[in-house]
Amino acid sequence: METEPAQGVEAQAACFHCGEPCRDDAHRASGHAFCCAGCRTVFELLTENGLDDFYAFGQMSGVKAPDASPAARFHFMDDPAVRRRIIQYTDERLTRVMFRVPAVHCIACVWLLENLFRLRPGIGSTRVNFARKEVSIAFVTGEVQLSEIAALLTSLGYEPDLNLADLDRASARPASRRLWLQMGVAGFAFGNIMLFSVSSYFGLDQFSGPGLKQMFGWISLGLALPVVLYSAADYWKSAWSSARRRCLTIDAPIALGIAAFFLRSAWAVASGEGEGYFDSLTGLVFFLLCGKWFQQKTFDRLAFDRDYKSFFPLSVARRKGAVEERAALSEIEIGDRLALRHGELVPADATLREGAAVIDYSFVTGESDPVEKQAGDYIYAGGRQVGGEIEVQTVKKVSQSYLASLWSQEAFRKETRRTFATLTDRYSRRFTWIILSVACGAGLYWTLRNSSLALPSFTAALIVACPCALALAAPFGLGAGQRLLARRKVFLKDATVIEALAAADTIIFDKTGTLSSPGAASAVFDGGALNEAEARWIFSLARQSMHPHSSRIADALGGKQIPQRVRAFAETPGSGVEGSVANHRLMLGSMAWLEARGVKLPKKRGEPGGAVVGVAVNGEFRGSFVLTNGLRPEVERLLVRLSRRHELALLSGDNERERVRFAALFPAGSDLRFQQTPLDKLNYVKALQAAGRTVVMVGDGLNDAGALKQSDTGVAVMENINAFSPASDVIVEAGALWRLDEAMRLSRATVSIIRMSFLISAAYNVFGLAIAAQGLLAPVVCAILMPLSSVTVVAFACGATTLAAWRIHSRSEAA
Amino acid sequence: MIVLLLLIPLSIVVATVFLMAFIWAVRSGQYEDTSTPAMRPLMDEPGKTNFNESRVTNHKQ
Repeated sequence: METEPAQGVEAQAACFHCGEPCRDDAHRASGHAFCCAGCRTVFELLTENGLDDFYAFGQMSGVKAPDASPAARFHFMDDPAVRRRIIQYTDERLTRVMFRVPAVHCIACVWLLENLFRLRPGIGSTRVNFARKEVSIAFVTGEVQLSEIAALLTSLGYEPDLNLADLDRASARPASRRLWLQMGVAGFAFGNIMLFSVSSYFGLDQFSGPGLKQMFGWISLGLALPVVLYSAADYWKSAWSSARRRCLTIDAPIALGIAAFFLRSAWAVASGEGEGYFDSLTGLVFFLLCGKWFQQKTFDRLAFDRDYKSFFPLSVARRKGAVEERAALSEIEIGDRLALRHGELVPADATLREGAAVIDYSFVTGESDPVEKQAGDYIYAGGRQVGGEIEVQTVKKVSQSYLASLWSQEAFRKETRRTFATLTDRYSRRFTWIILSVACGAGLYWTLRNSSLALPSFTAALIVACPCALALAAPFGLGAGQRLLARRKVFLKDATVIEALAAADTIIFDKTGTLSSPGAASAVFDGGALNEAEARWIFSLARQSMHPHSSRIADALGGKQIPQRVRAFAETPGSGVEGSVANHRLMLGSMAWLEARGVKLPKKRGEPGGAVVGVAVNGEFRGSFVLTNGLRPEVERLLVRLSRRHELALLSGDNERERVRFAALFPAGSDLRFQQTPLDKLNYVKALQAAGRTVVMVGDGLNDAGALKQSDTGVAVMENINAFSPASDVIVEAGALWRLDEAMRLSRATVSIIRMSFLISAAYNVFGLAIAAQGLLAPVVCAILMPLSSVTVVAFACGATTLAAWRIHSRSEAA
Repeated sequence: MIVLLLLIPLSIVVATVFLMAFIWAVRSGQYEDTSTPAMRPLMDEPGKTNFNESRVTNHKQ
């Protein structure tokens, strides 16, 4: 047997389940240390049920489990009305439900969730979709309740993420299925027709006579039919609608080319003239669909189009008399009493009934400091309670609250319009007219000289000018750029965003949550260095309070501190805390409060640039903590780099306190505006656009939502990319914000690479046209020219973009 | 060469069977999740290895 490790080593051991450090030795089982009761319970549950293989996948791969049993929180799910909206399918025997579980992060998670049926009889098969972080669970109807499953998942650390928007959303069928089928059909026809065509290129009829060739032609025609009718269907539709709107997109000349290809080939087969161009036709459609697929790659787990509903939880704790129950948000009526705990959201406009309310509005308004509320005060929906439990009474329904009304304003609701004409479309507009005139010219010329060649040369011109390579350049170039950026944690909604980014000349930043981060906040002590004992006293006192200022000070001092006993602790809500530690009387609070309690304060100094918390020891003023919002890493460098090519501006919902600090960060002459409402931000973007600017808005919260939508490219900065984000075109992981500059550079490089690809494909087209206009276009020439041009352009677009990304990346790393 | 008249239609029939199989695979949702199935072969059936033993060897490494 192994001996038990020494106590001192064990105190810093990592939790056997989740890997977080263990604070004490209170939770042990089977010789392993756990950080909390929750993790130990999961361990015991797994070992009892023969699922201990979970730990063989890798050490500490678990998710930190919650301490308390959460069963009561999910009871609202069993309400028939709510239940009906959550479950996907049900009959008398089986029910199937799909939960989104953001905590799924590794193979062990997948394994555990797919073995869920071993933990609870009545649960059937479970399937995990790792990329989407979704778990689909089947269970015996009536034997297991929905709330039990949600509670089981939560107790394992995999809390299902449920919000209002999920309920209202009709389950959409994935569009990619259709594209796969279209590609499959086109690829199938292409491969088979190729077999027949190659034999005729090598002189089939010399051996077998014309009969077999005739048959091959008819088979090819039969195989090409579903390609033209089904696989290319989207091109027909798009060409038709663009013709009706009288604006030519790239799809118009493509559809024209496909039509010319097909009719010409069908005529060739029917008249017994030859085998036609079916191999080139199906190859063309197949390559085009491949390009579409490459470009259409989206990030399943990221949601770019969210509204305020996905910000709200599904249920809240409602009090009726002395009883507390979970109620679905949609059932909340005016006058209901709701209990909100630390970190919970105020779902509807309400008044405070009791408790020390400290409401954090940073996500909604951009104010960095939480606001204290007194009983009877009005609280707007969207704020987050920080600290202890409070009770509020709703004044409006969820759908009529401040947040909801913000969203229903005209400007916010506006559909994302992309008036931005894509590069390809602009290029193809001219292109189409050139092709048509060359084709007509060739037809006319041969009508006069040798009328039997007129129709062949006309159709040959249309065929060879079909902008296949041109249509592939953008999807592959942009798609490659999008993938490369995703590797750097910059996720684009779709590939065309690259074009908008490349065209941008103005970048607007939000402050709180975007440039500054609540996580990087700092509390700096002003008033001489604190000695070790003092730091320990203040830490001990500060950790007693849930107020955000206290916890920030505790965090700043904390770390390896061991708290001491605090006696006679008292908190004056909104002002400060006091208590005695090691026989010293400590006070921690606002300057005004300290003064009122008889502490002599030093003379006023200049603007501190942050919130101030004073410290008094035994009635004597000792100094003060200045709390500032920390900046995200590398923000200074990012702003300097971006300012070389772009105008920068700052729009903050916060007060002017940090103006000086940010003025130093931004280049001289930049527009810095504070106390901006969501509508101000929106109008600012509009005004810039009216002045002809192309605007990128970088923000994080609901207060930026309108501006993000209005701007040409909205960039949402997210701590956790799976969490709620306002609707945007780009999602950047907060730690990777400094890569924004790289993204801008890569976008510009990609666009110029695409321009070069256009030139290459145009060269091929001119070459082909020269042959076609003479009426010489043999099927075999077309069969070589078409794939060759496509492959060159695709290889160039992908290769050059990758090279450019690598160069930009290594240059920015080196600098 | 006359045998080609039999073999070619036959080959097309075989190819069509594969196309049908592909269509079935897409329809049954096999192309929607391409990352999770790759993990499943790596998972053992629960209860086959002795967990405590495997942990001890892990520690010794």
